[in-house]
Parts: sequence; C-alpha cells; structure tokens
Amino acid sequence: MGNNISLLLVVIPLIAAPVVAVLPRGRLPWAVALLVTSLCAVLAGMQLWAVLYDGVISYELGGWAPPWGIEYRIDAVNAFVALIVAAIAAITLPYALLSVEQEIPEEKIPLFYSALLLCLTGLLGITQTGDIFNVFVFLEISALSSYALISLGRERQALTSAYQYLIMGTIGATFFLIGVGLIYSQTGTLNMQDMATILPGVAHLKTVDTGFAFIMIGIALKLALFPLHLWLPNAYTYAPSVVTVFLAATATKVAVYVMLRILFTVFPHSFALATPAEELFIMAGIASIIVASTYAIYQVDVKKLLAYSSVAQIGYMALGIGFASATGVTAALIHLFNHALMKGALFMAVGAIIYRIGACRMDQIHGLGRAMPWTFGAIVIGGLSLIGVPGTAGFISKWYLVSAALEQEAWISVAVILFGSLLAVVYMGKLIEALYFKPATDSEKEVTEAPLLLLAPTWVLVFANIYFGLDTNLTVGLAETAAATLGVVNP
Amino acid sequence: MKPNLILHVVAKFLIPLIILFALYVQFHGDFGPGGGFQAGVIFSAALILYSLVFGLDAAEQIIPPQWLRILAALGVVIYAGVGVITLLLGGNYLDYSLLGSSQIAGQHLGILLVELGVGITVAAVMLIIFFAFAGRGRT
Amino acid sequence: MDFFVGHYNYWVVIFLMLVGLYTVISRGNLIKKIIGLNIFQVSVFFLYISMGTVEGGAAPIIAEGVKLYSNPLPHVLILTAIVVGVATTALALALVVRIKESYGTIEEDEIHDLDHSL
Repeated sequence: MGNNISLLLVVIPLIAAPVVAVLPRGRLPWAVALLVTSLCAVLAGMQLWAVLYDGVISYELGGWAPPWGIEYRIDAVNAFVALIVAAIAAITLPYALLSVEQEIPEEKIPLFYSALLLCLTGLLGITQTGDIFNVFVFLEISALSSYALISLGRERQALTSAYQYLIMGTIGATFFLIGVGLIYSQTGTLNMQDMATILPGVAHLKTVDTGFAFIMIGIALKLALFPLHLWLPNAYTYAPSVVTVFLAATATKVAVYVMLRILFTVFPHSFALATPAEELFIMAGIASIIVASTYAIYQVDVKKLLAYSSVAQIGYMALGIGFASATGVTAALIHLFNHALMKGALFMAVGAIIYRIGACRMDQIHGLGRAMPWTFGAIVIGGLSLIGVPGTAGFISKWYLVSAALEQEAWISVAVILFGSLLAVVYMGKLIEALYFKPATDSEKEVTEAPLLLLAPTWVLVFANIYFGLDTNLTVGLAETAAATLGVVNP
Repeated sequence: MKPNLILHVVAKFLIPLIILFALYVQFHGDFGPGGGFQAGVIFSAALILYSLVFGLDAAEQIIPPQWLRILAALGVVIYAGVGVITLLLGGNYLDYSLLGSSQIAGQHLGILLVELGVGITVAAVMLIIFFAFAGRGRT
Repeated sequence: MDFFVGHYNYWVVIFLMLVGLYTVISRGNLIKKIIGLNIFQVSVFFLYISMGTVEGGAAPIIAEGVKLYSNPLPHVLILTAIVVGVATTALALALVVRIKESYGTIEEDEIHDLDHSL
C-alpha cells in the first residue's frame, strides 16, 4: 500500500470532484471537500516522510514500465511542493465555508467546490507525475478550473480578468506543448528521467535549443514572471477571496517547481549554463522586484496591492533560480514555502475584511484595524514577514537569498533584494496606515471582528509564519535536501 | 418554429444511424481506430441534430439536463472506479490485467470499461455545453 | 529547394502558428481572439501529427504482411490536446457570452472604456 500514497493523492480529489458536483445544495459539498483536502494533506505528509526515509518513490500507472508507461516519480522536491499544495488546500477549506456562502450564488456552490477540487487534482498531479506530457495535461486541468473559479467573482471585472488569464494561460500552455513536441522528436521519450539520460547526446541540436526556449517561455507565462505577469494582478484581485488565497499560495509555486524540474533534472546542467537562461532569470527577477513593488505602492485596491507584491515575490524566486547554485535554489525553495504562508495569511485577512464590509479599497477600510483587531494583527504580522523582519519566515528566505547573491558576488542583486524590502515597507506601511491610523468614517462604526471560522485558519498561517521564522530546521533542511536532489552544486 | 418536412424525415432517418455508428466506434475501439472520445462526440452529435431540428424543449424531454450532470459525473467515476478496483485487487492503478482470468481478457475488459466511462462523460459534457449555450437567454 | 519542399509540413505549421498568434494579439474582438487561439492550437496539433508519420508506414494496427507502422503516440497525445482545446474554447466562449451580458459589448477597447479592465 505504501507506494499507492502518491497515486491516491491525485485520484482521491479526482473522484471527489464529480461526486461533489452532483451533491445537493447545502453544506454537504463543503464537508466532502474538507474531508478530501484534509486526507490529501495527511497523505502528502506521509509521502514526504516516505521519500525522506526510503528514497525515491516510483509508481507505474497501469503496470506499464517506464519509459513506455506513465510513471509517477516522487523525490524530495515534488514531495515538498505537494505537501505545500495539499496543506494550503486543507487550511483554506475551513475558511471557505462562510466566505463562499457569502460570495457565491447558492446554486453554484457544489460546482464551486468541484472546480476547487479539480484545481487541486491538477496541481497535485503536476507535482506527482514523471511524464512531461502528463505535466501539460495536469497544467491545463488546474488552469481551466482556475479560470472558471476566477470568473465567479462578484464584480463583472472577474469575467474579463478570467478571459485575459485564459488567453495568456492557453498561449503559455501551447508554447509548453510545442517545446515538448520538439524535444520528443529528438529524444523519442516523454519520461522526464529517460529524457535526462538521452538529452546530453542530442543537446547540440538546434531543435533542442528551440524546444527549451519554448518550454521556458511557456512556464514563465504560467509563473507570471515579469514581463509576462500581466494576467496575474487582475485575476487575483477580482477572484472570490477563497480562490485568491488558494491560487496565490499554490498555483505559481507549482509553476516554479516545473521550472526547476526542467532546468535542473530534465536538461543537463551544462545545457542551461550555455544558454542565456540564467542571466534572463536574474534580469527578470530584478525587474519584477523593482517594477512590481513600485506598482504595488500606487494601488488603491488592497487585493491588487498584494497581487503586485506576489509578482515581486516571484521575482525573488526567479533570482534564486538564476543563481543556479545550491544556495540559490535552496533560497528559492524556502521562499516558495514561506511565500505560500505569508500570502495565504494576508489574502485570508483581506478576505475577512471583504466578508465584513464587502469591499477592500484603501478609502473604505479607514480605521477598520481598530474594529477588527485580530484581522489587523494578522495583516501586520503577515506584512512584517513579507518585508523580511527577523523572527518571521520572510527573514529566512531573504537571508538565504542574500547569501546566495553574496556567494556569487552579485552586488546588484544584493542591493535589489534589500531595496525590494524597503519598497515592501512602503506598501505594507500604506496599508497599515489606512487600517489603523486614518480616522474611521461614520458608516463603518458597527463593523465587528470577523467570525472565528475565518480567523482561525488565518491565524494558523500567521503562527506558521512566526514558527518557521524561529525554527528553521524543517524548512531549510527540506529545501537543502530538495536542492541536492535536483543536483545543483555551488560553483 | 415552422416544421420542415424534409428536415424532419431526414433527421429521423439519420439519427438512428448516427447512434449506431457511435456505438460501433465505442465498442469496436479495442480492435481498430475508435474509442470513447470519438464515440461520445458522435453520440452527442445525434442528439444535437435532434434538438436543432425538433427544438430544444423536445430534446430536453429526452434527456433532462439534471441527468446529464449526473451522467457526466458517472463517467468519471466509472473510469476512476476501474482504477480503484485494480488497486483493491492488489495491482497498480489501472492495471487491467488483473480484471480477467487471463491477462488478455483482463486488458480487454479494462479498456472496454474505461472507454465506456470516457464515452458517457464526453457525450454528456458535449450536450451540457450545447444546452448551456443554446438555452441561454431563452427564458 | 529541397530544404523548402522537404520540410513543407513545418512551413504550414509555422504559417498557421504565426497567423493564430497574430490574430490573438492584434484583434480587439473577443471572439476573433478565440478563433486566433484555436488556429494557434491547431498548428501545434499539425506539428505533432506530421512528426508521427513514417513515410510508407501503415496505420498502427497489427496486421499480416505489414512491417512498417506510423508512430501512434503523437496522435494519442494530440487526442488529449484536442480535448483540452475543446474545453478551453467552450470555457472562453462561455466567458464571452457573460461578458456580452454584463458589458453589452465584446470589443476590447469598449470594455476598457467602461471600467479599464481589459
């Protein structure tokens, strides 16, 4: 049964999704989804445990041996990312109950949870599979369900942002497909492990170069790497609160994983070094930290502010990947985990504000911090973590990122990372000022604290931010193991 | 809508043939080209032709939309259920060989069931999409 | 000359790919964008399918006297990609219907004038 864990992680939400879709209205769909996500989180934890102690898990679907059949191949990297995705889903679901009942029309609630579970299936599938075409299929499963989820937002802009995301996401996925096709034509295999053994022999061919470029651009679109990030701010802003929490904490993270897997496992290291990919990552990272953080300062919508901040955070991860050293990749993986925690907490807290007042523009939330102290506290601590204050999780990722940059004597990158933190101080400061120091307008006098069901998951993530800022053994240890699995070494 | 005699007669003549062909593609899929995807689309084409000629209301009386939703879910469950059965029989997910007395019989049965699930879901989903677009703004 | 004629399938693919992508980028009408997206996707389907052809190869069904088969794998992959494409198109069209209902237009610039969202 041991090996079946990796398979059940994908199959359980896959079976649950259609079942939830036909359940009667009421709270039953939510209860089933909660059960399924919690089960997935437990399974993902067990899987990580099994990988760390017994080594790589390989599962042959249908009993067909790889490289002919589809293989689920799990090492420390995927197990780590799968745990992040499953755990965030499990924390989001308790939060979802009230928020979804308020924001989604009643007759659509079963379909909403069905789409959420499909999205989870896709994201977990990407992390589990060892077959590159299967990655494309799961990528599209998660993407299609997230377009549908985003379009369920209350304002009509939700429709246009979902459309925009659909066009860009499909172009990205199709680019990925072109790249896979070109590489398949030269290697004759779709199994990523098998590809890795064949590619060094054909790496000199122009077709492989072209395929590599197509795949990188395709994933960069899915990843919202600057300047391909245009879909992200609108999509996160107008999506229902729960969807924003879930996508912000998981979808881009999984895209980072695909990027790492292809750069370091599928292609030989010398190949990526010979292309300008690394320099491009560093340049895109620097640009996104500066530009997106600056944009964040000027936003009037709180969700859009945080969305632009997400683009900036993706820039940090891109920097880590661009250094292509063990420390750099470790930093990217740590930030991947920590960013899921902090953005999860922040978007949940903003969702609680939306639950109470129905909006989150800067001028509508004046003085709310005093009426909703716990929500405000979550925003403050989440914000500190985003800035990278010592004692929070954000500090750890910044610390590793700066050390990776120092190792390579990349002074500009060091300066940009620190400057990015300063910009984060400005935009989070603006938010906190509006919430706490601006005088409240009359109409919002009767606002009370958010219900416990919204606060509890938020504070679980807030405490995780503090805990992983103080006890770094777990995250850093895992990220280092994962980076070693990818085979990156310090130059 | 004014009934058109030629369309009615031709449709009545064609629809059984289309459905028959869909079933052929569905169940012959393990010997030659074919399978659930194609069969599902052909099958739904028959019903879409019916609703184009006889009107949406008549088509919805044949297959109520609530059924379609259940059928679409059922297909996925059949597909995934076959996988789970093979798991319970002690094999890998979708390892059909365990389903029958011999390996070939098992593979045969397995692919037939999985394609049946695929066919049901594809047919139901195509009809759901058609009804959703055609029925929009009607009431 | 051989370079052009021998790779004719690639020229078709490249032409379609660029037509599709250009349509998506240049058209302001949301439906035309979807059409462009479809052309773009179909070009990739062609790329895969033409790649799987083996000259003189028969359809990949075991039969007596047939030695050379085409590679069936790209076809299977593209069957999946077509299904993904159908789902994407259906979803995109559904979104356009709802955009039309709430904005009253499907022209990008008019929507932008209404609330700066596209």
